Amino acid sequence: MLVVKCPVCGAEGDETDFHAGGQAHVRRPATTDPAHVTDEEQRDYLFIRINPKGLHFERWRCDRGCGKWFHAARDTVTMEFKAFYGITELPPMDVIAQAKGQWAEYFEHRLKSEHKA
Amino acid sequence: MKPRYSVFSLARNAMNYHKDWERAWRSPAPKEEYDAVIVGAGGHGLATAYYLAKNHKMTNIAVVEKGWLGGGNTGRNTTIIRSNYLQDPSIAIYELARSLYEDLSQDLNYNVMFSPRGVLMLCQTQHEFRAFQRTAHANRLAGLDCRMVTPQEVKEIVPIINDDPNCRYPILGAYYQPRGGTGRHDAVAWGYARGADAMGVDIIQNCEVTGIERDGGKVVGLETTRGVIKTKKIGVVTAGHVSTIMDMAGVRMPIESQCLQALVSEPIKPVIDCVVMANTVHGYMSQSDKGELVIGGGTDPYKNYSQRGSFPALEHTVAALVETFPIISRLRMLRLWGGIVDMTGDRSPIISKTPVEGLYVNCGWGTGGFKAIPGSGWVFADTIANDRPHPIAEPFGLNRFQEGRLIDESVAAAVAH
Repeated sequence: MLVVKCPVCGAEGDETDFHAGGQAHVRRPATTDPAHVTDEEQRDYLFIRINPKGLHFERWRCDRGCGKWFHAARDTVTMEFKAFYGITELPPMDVIAQAKGQWAEYFEHRLKSEHKA
Repeated sequence: MKPRYSVFSLARNAMNYHKDWERAWRSPAPKEEYDAVIVGAGGHGLATAYYLAKNHKMTNIAVVEKGWLGGGNTGRNTTIIRSNYLQDPSIAIYELARSLYEDLSQDLNYNVMFSPRGVLMLCQTQHEFRAFQRTAHANRLAGLDCRMVTPQEVKEIVPIINDDPNCRYPILGAYYQPRGGTGRHDAVAWGYARGADAMGVDIIQNCEVTGIERDGGKVVGLETTRGVIKTKKIGVVTAGHVSTIMDMAGVRMPIESQCLQALVSEPIKPVIDCVVMANTVHGYMSQSDKGELVIGGGTDPYKNYSQRGSFPALEHTVAALVETFPIISRLRMLRLWGGIVDMTGDRSPIISKTPVEGLYVNCGWGTGGFKAIPGSGWVFADTIANDRPHPIAEPFGLNRFQEGRLIDESVAAAVAH
């Protein structure tokens, strides 16, 4: 049984009080540039998923509390939550530092592009 | 050549108090090089190796396994065999598998206890009734032996079912595949392992893959915990761990790994002689030859690699089955386990070549892989041996996700996952 805590309203409850919403930080390419979305980009958006054995980042919804979507960092082996954070936010830097493989690449890229902007 | 199992070998060995039975398969050390290496010694991997050796005469091959053979989802499922899927490509592969199960025991000289006891898929809402009617028509066009049955027939086939027309989800009918049923899951893995081993295939257990060596977009070998193995062809058949292995070759997969649980009750006298699947309420049940009720349900809603599932998912399954079969309400449950299933977006498998030359993948069977083992091994072996998709495997290629050519079985699965 997972114990989840909503970072928006602060409600804490078991997994049945919340709704698991899949992988976090998936961006819809057509939102920013609808005229130039390739088949590969659309495939990645719809189907390709980071599926790590270890630290993972995902979306949850506070079903029986405030109803807001938020983010969580969770280990898919130990099932331990490392952080809960807002839907527009990035994870805390110490959790980003623990990310491996495709997630590490993703955050490196994301931090670089936000730095430029 | 291995001695055949028969009533005569049983009698002969009885003379020696059964002390001289040969091991069913060897435990060889890995050779330096193979013509092909299969990663994952579950049912699908072992069947692939067996048919590579048998149908394509490729015997210089190995199956590497990080744990013990048949220790993953092959030994963790509810052993249901059926082929009444909605889409034509699915019907083709699942019916190939089901028909191979019919004489698999004779083919392997190993009793896989295929028991075509009938699979009954209940219709508990009008919507579900019409959806199954549609499947029934599709299956009839494909020549499958399946039919819709009335609530009265359901009660005759399964007398313990709750036929109260005033319950929350009354039985409105069912979709019946009389030649579906169950098999002995471990025996399928063991039989294929013994058969492949007899033809010279090396099955290397306790050998975890740690890297895939490439040279200019081509596979050249595998790094494992038991050293480097050179090979030009690698078939990855690792179910829930497929993303981890494919990541080593830089191929990203449309797969999410989730936990699916099953459980068995204490053994009781025979009460149900077919498989019943209740889609709307989320549960399925059959009775093993030992008398245990074998129960399964839906997956957990989030990623999980721990092989231990969520309690609410389990409670949901058991509650559904108590509603459907009130007489089981006071049974005690004996064992409970979880397997890590590889879910695709369209709930259909992936049998495919990959962008890396010499790398093949067979995964995405999700919650229903056991029934497909013989067919999956048959077409995947053909795909590897000839370096082109077998006609039945072709629709299940990785490219379907970017071409939008999905094989949508998410509504036709016996339980909506």
